[in-house]
Amino acid sequence: MDIDVQKVAMLARIRLTDAEANELGPQLSNILGYVDQLQEVDTEGVVETAHPHDAAMPLRADVVTNTNRREALQKPAPKIESGLYVVPKVIE
Amino acid sequence: MPFSTLSDMKSRLDTGEISAREITQNVLERIDTHNGTLNAFVHIDPAQVLAQADASDAFRTKHDARPLEGLPIAVKDIFCTQDGPTTCCSNILKGFHAPYDAHVITQLKKAGAVLLGKTNMDEFAMGSSTETSAYGPCRNPWNTDCIPGGSSGGSASAVAAGLVPAALGTDTGGSIRQPAAVCGITGLKPTYGRVSRRGIIAFASSLDQAGPMTRTVRDTAMITAVISGHDSGDATSVADAPVVDWLGACNPADMKGMKIGKPREYFVDGMDADVREAVETALKQCENMGAEIVDISLPHTEYAVATYYVIAPSEASANLARYDGVRFGHRCKNPEDLLDMYTRSRDEGFGAEVKRRILTGAFALSSGYYDAYYKKAQQVRTLIRQDFLDAFKQVDVIATPTSPVPAFRIGEKTDDPLTMYLSDIFTIALNLAGLPGLSQPCGFAGGLPVGLQWIAPAWREDILLSAASAYEAATDWHARTPADFDGQGDAA
Amino acid sequence: MSWEVVIGLEVHVQMNTATKAFCGCSTEFGAEPNTQTCPVCLGMPGQLPILNIEAVQKAVLTGLAIHATINLESKFDRKNYFYPDLPKGYQITQLPVPIVEHGYLDIPSGDGEKRLGITRIHMEDDAGKSMHEGLDGISHIDLNRAGVPLMEIVSEPDMRSADEAIAYLKQLHQLVLFLDVSDANMEKGQFRCDANVSVHHPGTPFGTRAELKNMNSFRFIKQAIDYEVGRQIELIEDGGKVALESRLFDSAKGETRSMRSKEEANDYRYFPEPDLPPLRISQEEVNAIKAGMPELPGQLRKRFETEYGLSVYDADVLTQTRELAAWYESLAAAHPADPKRCANWLANELLGRLNEADCGITDSPVSPESLASLLDRIADNTISGKIAKDVLDTMLETGHDTDTVIEEKGLKQVSDTGVIDAMIQQVLEANPDQLAAFRGGKDKLFGFFVGQVMKVSRGKANPGLVNQRLKVLLKS
Repeated sequence: MDIDVQKVAMLARIRLTDAEANELGPQLSNILGYVDQLQEVDTEGVVETAHPHDAAMPLRADVVTNTNRREALQKPAPKIESGLYVVPKVIE
Repeated sequence: MPFSTLSDMKSRLDTGEISAREITQNVLERIDTHNGTLNAFVHIDPAQVLAQADASDAFRTKHDARPLEGLPIAVKDIFCTQDGPTTCCSNILKGFHAPYDAHVITQLKKAGAVLLGKTNMDEFAMGSSTETSAYGPCRNPWNTDCIPGGSSGGSASAVAAGLVPAALGTDTGGSIRQPAAVCGITGLKPTYGRVSRRGIIAFASSLDQAGPMTRTVRDTAMITAVISGHDSGDATSVADAPVVDWLGACNPADMKGMKIGKPREYFVDGMDADVREAVETALKQCENMGAEIVDISLPHTEYAVATYYVIAPSEASANLARYDGVRFGHRCKNPEDLLDMYTRSRDEGFGAEVKRRILTGAFALSSGYYDAYYKKAQQVRTLIRQDFLDAFKQVDVIATPTSPVPAFRIGEKTDDPLTMYLSDIFTIALNLAGLPGLSQPCGFAGGLPVGLQWIAPAWREDILLSAASAYEAATDWHARTPADFDGQGDAA
Repeated sequence: MSWEVVIGLEVHVQMNTATKAFCGCSTEFGAEPNTQTCPVCLGMPGQLPILNIEAVQKAVLTGLAIHATINLESKFDRKNYFYPDLPKGYQITQLPVPIVEHGYLDIPSGDGEKRLGITRIHMEDDAGKSMHEGLDGISHIDLNRAGVPLMEIVSEPDMRSADEAIAYLKQLHQLVLFLDVSDANMEKGQFRCDANVSVHHPGTPFGTRAELKNMNSFRFIKQAIDYEVGRQIELIEDGGKVALESRLFDSAKGETRSMRSKEEANDYRYFPEPDLPPLRISQEEVNAIKAGMPELPGQLRKRFETEYGLSVYDADVLTQTRELAAWYESLAAAHPADPKRCANWLANELLGRLNEADCGITDSPVSPESLASLLDRIADNTISGKIAKDVLDTMLETGHDTDTVIEEKGLKQVSDTGVIDAMIQQVLEANPDQLAAFRGGKDKLFGFFVGQVMKVSRGKANPGLVNQRLKVLLKS
C-alpha cells in the first residue's frame, strides 16, 4: 500500500524530514500490510466493540467543585502573558 | 534483605524489627549501587523519599498501621505525581511536574506506602523492550545485554534485581505481563475498569490498565487490594464491579477440580522451544496437583495483533494530540508561525516509535480508511472477546506462555517494528477483551526467565490469584534471583 | 428560469449549566482569563471527562420541546483537529448516535404555519477563545470557555428564504430561553449560527452548498444569506460553479468570503470516545423531564388570550420572554380587577420606559406588586391616569412605591365637593367675560372652564367630579 506519509504527518502535526518520510513510508506500509489480514475475517453483522464492558456512563452533579488554581496550572506552560497562554498568531 | 518480599518487609515492620527509614535507606543504597547498570529508575529524590519513610514511622507510633505502611513501592513514569517530574519517558514532557496525583498514587499514599520514584519505560508506553525511552534503554538483571521487556521494563527490572520489592506498571497490550515474564517476576493486569485510569498518562484508553509487579502472588494481591475500586473521576471505572477477597484468594490450595484451558493457538511453531517446554511442564505440574487440562481454541487469536495495531495507535493518535506546546510540555525554539510551532515541537518532542504509532493511527482513522481499518478492527475485537466468553463456558481459567520468546538482546529488533509488535502476540488479546491476566515465573530458557500467563473471566482475579498461588507454592521459580545482583542465579 | 433558495441551519447553543460539560469548573461569563480552568478542561495528561447530568437533562428537554425522538442510548465521539483554543486536540461530540433526532419547529408562514425539520441535537464541548487584537505576531488564549457544554441543533435544509431562516432562528432562540436551557446571548456567543446555503431551479437536485460562518446577530445572518444567494446565482448564471466550502461573513463589508483552503483540508478522524461509555437514560427519566417542561411560547400566548382576554397583539408582546410573561402574570394576580389595564400599562408604559433606559424587565426598579398598586390607585380614583404616568416616572427614578410618591408629591386626587366647588368659584370670578358668554349660549366654553379648574388644582382634581359640579354651578 502506498501511503502519503507527509499528508498523514500534517494531519498529526508532526514535521517529517524527507529522510524520515522515506524511512517511515515503507514501515507504515509494512504495518498496514500486516493489518490487512483483518480483511479475511467475516464480520458481516458483527457489532463493533468500543468499550470492553457493557457499562453505562456515570454522570456528575452540576456543582462547581474547582477553584481558581491558575498559577499552579500555568506553571508548566511554555509562555504566559497576564494569565493568558501565548502562541504564534492564529490566522483566521 | 535485597530480595525480600513485600509481605516479609511488612512482618518485620509490624514486629518493630526494622523501621521504614531503615528499609528505605537500604533500598536507596541498592538503587544507588545498581541503577547505573540497569537504568531502571529515571527520577528519584532520596531526601523526599526518606521524608515519606519518616512520616510513616511517625504515623505508626500513633496509629494502627495502614495496609502498606512503610513499604517501598516504585511507580512507572506514566503515573502523574505531584512530587517530582512525570515525563512518560518522553522529551515532550521533560521537566513536566503534574499539579495532581494519579488516583492510584493517592490510594498508595493513603495506604501508607513510601513512593520511591519513577521507573523507566518505553516512551508513552509504546514498546515491548524499554528501548524507546528518552532516558535510554533499561536492562534485564538476568542478562544486562538483554531487554527487560516493556513497556513497564524499569519496574520489572527494579523488582527482579531486588532494588525494590514492588512496583506499579501499566498494561495496554502486555506491558505488565511481558516484562514480568522476561524478568522472572509476577505481574497482574486487572480487569479493565478495576483500577482507575485517572492521572495515568493515556496511551490507548480502551485498553490501558494499571497493576502491580512483585516477587510473589500474595504481594500482587496486597497492592491490587489498595489500588482497585471505583473512582467517580473515571467514567470507565466500573462502579458495581464484583469485589474480590484479594488476600483470601492467595491462600495456597491444591488445584483439585480446576479446569485449565490450554488454547492451541498459543502453542505454535515458531515459538521458542525452551519457552514452550517450560510452560508445558508447568501445566503438567498443575495436572499433578489435581487440575484438569482442557484443550481449547480461541480461533481469532491470530488477528489479535492486527486488531490491536489499529485500535491502540488510533486512540493514541488522539490521546497524544494534547502535546502541542501550548499549555505544557516541549515547545520548539523561535517558531515561525503556529503550524511551525505544532509540527516542530512534536517532531522534536516525540521519538520514532511514538511518531510511527501516531501516524498509523491518524491514517487508520482518516477519511476513506475508517471502515476498512478502525471499524473492521472493532468488529474483530468483538469476535476475540466472544472467543474468550465461549472458552470460559468450558474452563475456569486459561493458561498460556506470556511471551513466545525470552528476553532478546538490546537493539536486536529496533529496526523491525513489526517483529517487535509480534512479541506481544500472547498478551494482547485479553486487553482487547478487557480480561484480567497474570504472569508468573515458570522456568528458564537459556538462563533467561520464562513466564506463565493465567487468564480469567472479567472480574475473576480471584481465580488468577488462587491458581497462581497454588503453582507458586509448589515451585520455587519465583524465588530465583539474578547472580549479578547478589542473587543465587537461575539454578535451584 | 426561477431560482429556489435552500437553507439549512446549524445552531450552537451554549447551555446555561453551572459547570462545564466534563469538569466542575464554573461557566460564569466574564471571569479573569483562565481562572475557570482545571486539569480536565486544560487537557492535561491523564485527565478524564465526567459528563454533567444537567447538560443531559437540558438537551433532553430541548428535544422534547421540538417533538423529537430521545435516544435512550447515545454515544460520544472524538473530533480531531489542532487549534490552540482546543486543549485536548479533539472535541468531544456525538456523531453517529446523538441524544436527540427527528424533531421539528412550526413557524408562521402566510396565513398558516410551515413545519421545519430538525435533524438532530447533539452534545459537545466548546473551545476556548483566541485573541489577536493589538498583539504583534502572537495570539492570547483564554480557556475559561473551553469545555462549556453546547448543543448543536441541526435543521433539515427546509428553509426557502432568508426570512424563513430568521423566523426559525428567532423561534428557536425564544424556545431555548423559555426552556431555560441557555442564556442565548448572541453577543456573548451563547447562540451561534452557521448557515448552509445553496440555490437551484425548482424540480432539479439541490445545488452545491456553501457554509456561512461568523454571524452573531439575526441582522447579519439575513444579510449574509441574502448576499450569498445573490453571489451564487450570479456565479452560476455567469457559467461558474459553486464550491463546497466554508465562507466567513464580513459584517463591515456585508460580504461572505472563502475561508482558507487549509481549513478545508481538515479530516476530523471521528472515532468513538474511549473515555466515555454509552450514555443511557431511562424512559422514566425522560418522562420526569417532560413533566417538568415549562409552558412554551405558543401555549402561553393562547392562554393569555383566553384567560386574561388579551388581544392577539398584546398576548404576543407579553410572551416574548419567559421573564416578561411571568412578570405579567404577577401583575395580573396583584391587580385582578382589570387584566387588560395590566397589559396596557406593562406593554405600553413600563416596557417603553425600560427600553429607553436600556433596562430589562428583570432589572425593573418597579415590581409587579408596585405597578399593581399604581393601577389600584387609578381604579379607586385616588389619581388620574395622566397623573399615574408621572407617578410611574418618579417610581422608576426613585424606586419608591406608589403611595409614597403620591403622598410626597401631594398628587392625591381631589374628590372633595366642597374643595372643588371653591376652585370653580375662583375660576368663575376670574373669568367674568367667558362666564357671560357661556351663559349667553356659547356652550363650547364648557371645556375651557374644565381646563381652568384642572389648572388651578394642578391636575389633582377628580375630572369626573369637576365636570359634574361645573354643570351645576355654571347654570346657577
